[in-house]
Amino acid sequence: MDKLHGGSTQLFIGLHLIHEVTSPQAFAALKDKGLKVLSPERTFATVDHIVPTTNQNRPFADPLAEEMLSTLENNCSSHGIKLYGLGSGKQGIVHVIAPELGLTQPGMTVACGDSHTSTHGAFGAIAFGIGTSQVRDVLASQSLAMNKLKVRRIWVTGQLSEGVYAKDLILHIIRTIGVKGGVGYAYEFAGPAIEALSMEERMTICNMAIEGGARCGYVNPDNKTFAYLNGRLHAPKGKEWDKAISWWKKLKTNTEAIFDDEMIFNGTEISPTVTWGITPGQGIAINEAIPCPEDLDPADKPIAQEAYKYMNIDPGTYLTGLPIDVCFIGSCTNGRLSDLQAAAEIAKGNHVAKGIKAFVVPGSEQVAKEAKRIGLDKIFKTAGFEWREPGCSMCLAMNPDRLEGSQISASSSNRNFKGRQGSATGRTLLMSPAMVAAAAIKGEVTDVREMLLQKENTISN
Amino acid sequence: MEQDKVFPSGEIKQIKGSCLVLKGDDIDTDRIIPARFLKCVSFKDLGDQVFADDRIEMKGSHPFDINKGSSILIVNCNFGCGSSREHAPQALMRWGIRAIIGQSFAEIFFGNCLALGIPCATSEKKTIQEIQQEITKSPTAKFNLEIQKLVFESPNKSWNLSMENGQREMLLSGRWDVTSQLIDKENKVQSIKKNLPYLTNFKE
Repeated sequence: MDKLHGGSTQLFIGLHLIHEVTSPQAFAALKDKGLKVLSPERTFATVDHIVPTTNQNRPFADPLAEEMLSTLENNCSSHGIKLYGLGSGKQGIVHVIAPELGLTQPGMTVACGDSHTSTHGAFGAIAFGIGTSQVRDVLASQSLAMNKLKVRRIWVTGQLSEGVYAKDLILHIIRTIGVKGGVGYAYEFAGPAIEALSMEERMTICNMAIEGGARCGYVNPDNKTFAYLNGRLHAPKGKEWDKAISWWKKLKTNTEAIFDDEMIFNGTEISPTVTWGITPGQGIAINEAIPCPEDLDPADKPIAQEAYKYMNIDPGTYLTGLPIDVCFIGSCTNGRLSDLQAAAEIAKGNHVAKGIKAFVVPGSEQVAKEAKRIGLDKIFKTAGFEWREPGCSMCLAMNPDRLEGSQISASSSNRNFKGRQGSATGRTLLMSPAMVAAAAIKGEVTDVREMLLQKENTISN
Repeated sequence: MEQDKVFPSGEIKQIKGSCLVLKGDDIDTDRIIPARFLKCVSFKDLGDQVFADDRIEMKGSHPFDINKGSSILIVNCNFGCGSSREHAPQALMRWGIRAIIGQSFAEIFFGNCLALGIPCATSEKKTIQEIQQEITKSPTAKFNLEIQKLVFESPNKSWNLSMENGQREMLLSGRWDVTSQLIDKENKVQSIKKNLPYLTNFKE
């Protein structure tokens, strides 16, 4: 829009998404300053972080969670903001519902008080997480003060092998570039392996751009993007749809574009990737040993030492065979239908190992409904998984789902920080939903490719 | 405890006070303020909960327990990575932190600090190590951060720091709180809304 004092740029925000955790203080600040919400029709709300996944009857058992939801409800109703609440059929994790409702579209600027807003870049949108002061600013002015980001193009050749998923690709990219490698950058993902990904897989990739330090992820919109959006609630319809497509097609990155940086990966070489440490960059291929201090860059040694100690894992050993306690399938990274399908494929005909708590949390009410329609809930329940109500759940454990003591979880979420899953000594191994399902069945970290191979052999015999 | 603290306002030219050293790269916002404390509709109680789990684990020997009253925090690389929660800088500010100096900051955290009037200045590894050593030698000494000159001074030494000119200018002029500047452009926002294809049914 305009340059602001201090040189930052005022950026118009086309879509603003809010939830119960980072918005109440923003609304309170508006009230203190006597400000109104400028464009309530461009803000959409849902509740996700604090919702229980077992009993969602109101009032919630946790009075703080109840207070947060009722505050959101009051703020939305008094400012005329659309809230997709519990039981609306459209509630869910904010980064799952906005795409599935057709709110996220190519060429939009999208902001939300949540770092995983990078997810929406999968549609060719410029999308990024903001803090609460900025939520206040967007509410008051439908705009933000931003500094221009550099762009690094991450070109992925080849194609992902059987048993290797979008999650493995992004964990591989982050372990290679590091958790601070993307600071100051937006990551544009491109190349044959990215084009071959479904929209849900592209969302997984962009979702975790922030774990590599990059505030935005981005993929050029293409026919898959348009096919995904076609017919969705807030997507353009009829004549508008045709005009929208011709505008969206123009947004594609120019073939002669010059990037601030470029990196190339070969998708074919990537194996199932699992984190062993306390940052999403501390990952290894499943058939690789945990790195020894002497193999590491000196700058990475202190945090590796901290990780060996916290995780109680020895350098030079392997993750396969490591017993686990809890298996979590869900989150804004991997709580969509195709994620549940990949996990169900592994679960089908098997049973969760004794003593393992395994649960599936669909990313939204729509995902849950569709999963039930095709029978995924039955597959999971028969296999001994708990089937829960939608929400963020144990990704960050703001609801009752959490690790106890030093339990170790196989998790399809996005962060393995110390204490992230609700216990100050709890341990998290990040992996794909299929790898989590495999771990649940075996009771230990397992290469999902072996299970897929066994299944194929059983079928062909 | 909070009532007697004055939060940043207006022009921010200088921060004086004792320092607190928190070593380590990639200290994420879940560590700064664990998620269970995000169950609140106001930031007011967060000061006591800063680094809650790390402090419990260290049983009183955490820098945030032994350096009460400090106002300048010295960190290493990628401080504040992870979740965008503004609860993290809010907790630091409500505990008493008024400026942070480190090798590098995560972007969203940096922006959140600026929006609260908390300067984040950077310097290279060697300088940060020297500053850390100096503070360890004289833990109660008062240091001084000058925003205009971008120097950090102990009673005996001084170091040059970096900050983007624009951000430094925003702090010095008191225009780090951008809300009013953004609101002033309402006409422009309305005109953009009338012209953006996706807000006008994709009319030509």
